[in-house]
Amino acid sequence: MRHLIDIGDLAVGEIDELIAVAEDIMAHPAKYAEVCRGKQLATLFFEPSTRTRLSFESAMLALGGSVIGFSSADSSSATKGESVADTTRTVGCYADIIAMRHPKEGAPMAAALKSYVPVINAGDGGHNHPTQTLTDLLTIREELGRLGDFTIGMCGDLKFGRTVHSLSSALARYAGIRFVFISPDELRIPDYLRLSLLRQGFGIEETASLEGAIGELDVLYMTRVQRERFFNEADYVRLKDSYILDAAKLSLAREKMLVLHPLPRVNEIAPEVDDDPRACYFRQMRYGKFIRMALIMKLLEVRP
Amino acid sequence: MKIDSIANGIVLDHIQAGKSMELYRYLNLDALDCSVAIIKNARSNKMGRKDVLKIDSLIDLDLDMLGYLDPNITVSIIRNGTVERKLHLAPPQRLVNIKKCNNPRCITSVERGLDQVFIMRDGVYRCLYCDGEK
Repeated sequence: MRHLIDIGDLAVGEIDELIAVAEDIMAHPAKYAEVCRGKQLATLFFEPSTRTRLSFESAMLALGGSVIGFSSADSSSATKGESVADTTRTVGCYADIIAMRHPKEGAPMAAALKSYVPVINAGDGGHNHPTQTLTDLLTIREELGRLGDFTIGMCGDLKFGRTVHSLSSALARYAGIRFVFISPDELRIPDYLRLSLLRQGFGIEETASLEGAIGELDVLYMTRVQRERFFNEADYVRLKDSYILDAAKLSLAREKMLVLHPLPRVNEIAPEVDDDPRACYFRQMRYGKFIRMALIMKLLEVRP
Repeated sequence: MKIDSIANGIVLDHIQAGKSMELYRYLNLDALDCSVAIIKNARSNKMGRKDVLKIDSLIDLDLDMLGYLDPNITVSIIRNGTVERKLHLAPPQRLVNIKKCNNPRCITSVERGLDQVFIMRDGVYRCLYCDGEK
């Protein structure tokens, strides 16, 4: 039985295989419409989510399976003090696979250690979000045409932004990637990530200027400064609008640069950017459903 | 100073000077009924000064804990008055319930019954759950 807790749980070959299956699903959806008939996905969301939960549910339904679960800790026995491990064992008696989001870092790992069924980490605090990473990789592959030899700029909250951490670790396994990290000083990437990339021989640049860096990027990955990751409201208010991508800044970018965002956005991308062909973030959500379909199939070991 | 030699027991040698009491506590040696000698600041050609612990019984030692606390310690197993085995320690790859994760966002801060596990990665111990550095 396999789980997906960290993107590092998947070998590069497995990621490539998932992307290939997702591409095939996009091309031939009818072929996959019944592959999970009789299977149940449990979405255990101890923290609010729109996209991730609905895309998991939509993915399972599109595979012919069904869905149970809850969308906040308030509607689970967590309010009675039940442990993550016990909730997982309980749900494992009903469902064939679990997608879990939890505000505490490492909760899906704690669940996987006690689970009878595969567990997918659907986001654990500021730590990891591997299915968002798979979504990002599929988006880059589809929109850029390759998963190597490009310069990516990660912009915004690079300290608490789990999507940035997971995507950086995943891209570090492909060749020819150059990283440009754009953030205020207080929200720079964690030391462990910086050291890990440097040790692997990657070129990285850290800057506070989006305008200065945007012209050299093939991909710009925007992130939200997340209120829920701050212990101090004053720090959040001070930093929340550090970077706003608008038409003026986008005019400094390459003609084919991709703009990605894990969403939801608040102010960091102006609505005027939405209709620019470089804005990929709405198409990115759609890719998320297909890659999650491929992942569910892989962990349930089902094929068309 | 004369300490009786051990017939059947364990000698922890080459302990960093001043660290023997810490080891004594971590290994729960105060719970033993047998004799335990703590030798502090003994002369050492290799280390200048060192501590030594002599335990007059063949107890089960947590070598992972010892290797984590001080990988330079030498462990001699004495049986029938002779050194049966001499073990040189190394930092373990995995620490279980030796240290607590101090990341308040980590699941270990709230989940009951969860082992505190650290894994050595790139020469640093990281929490199995949150990747926090020890």
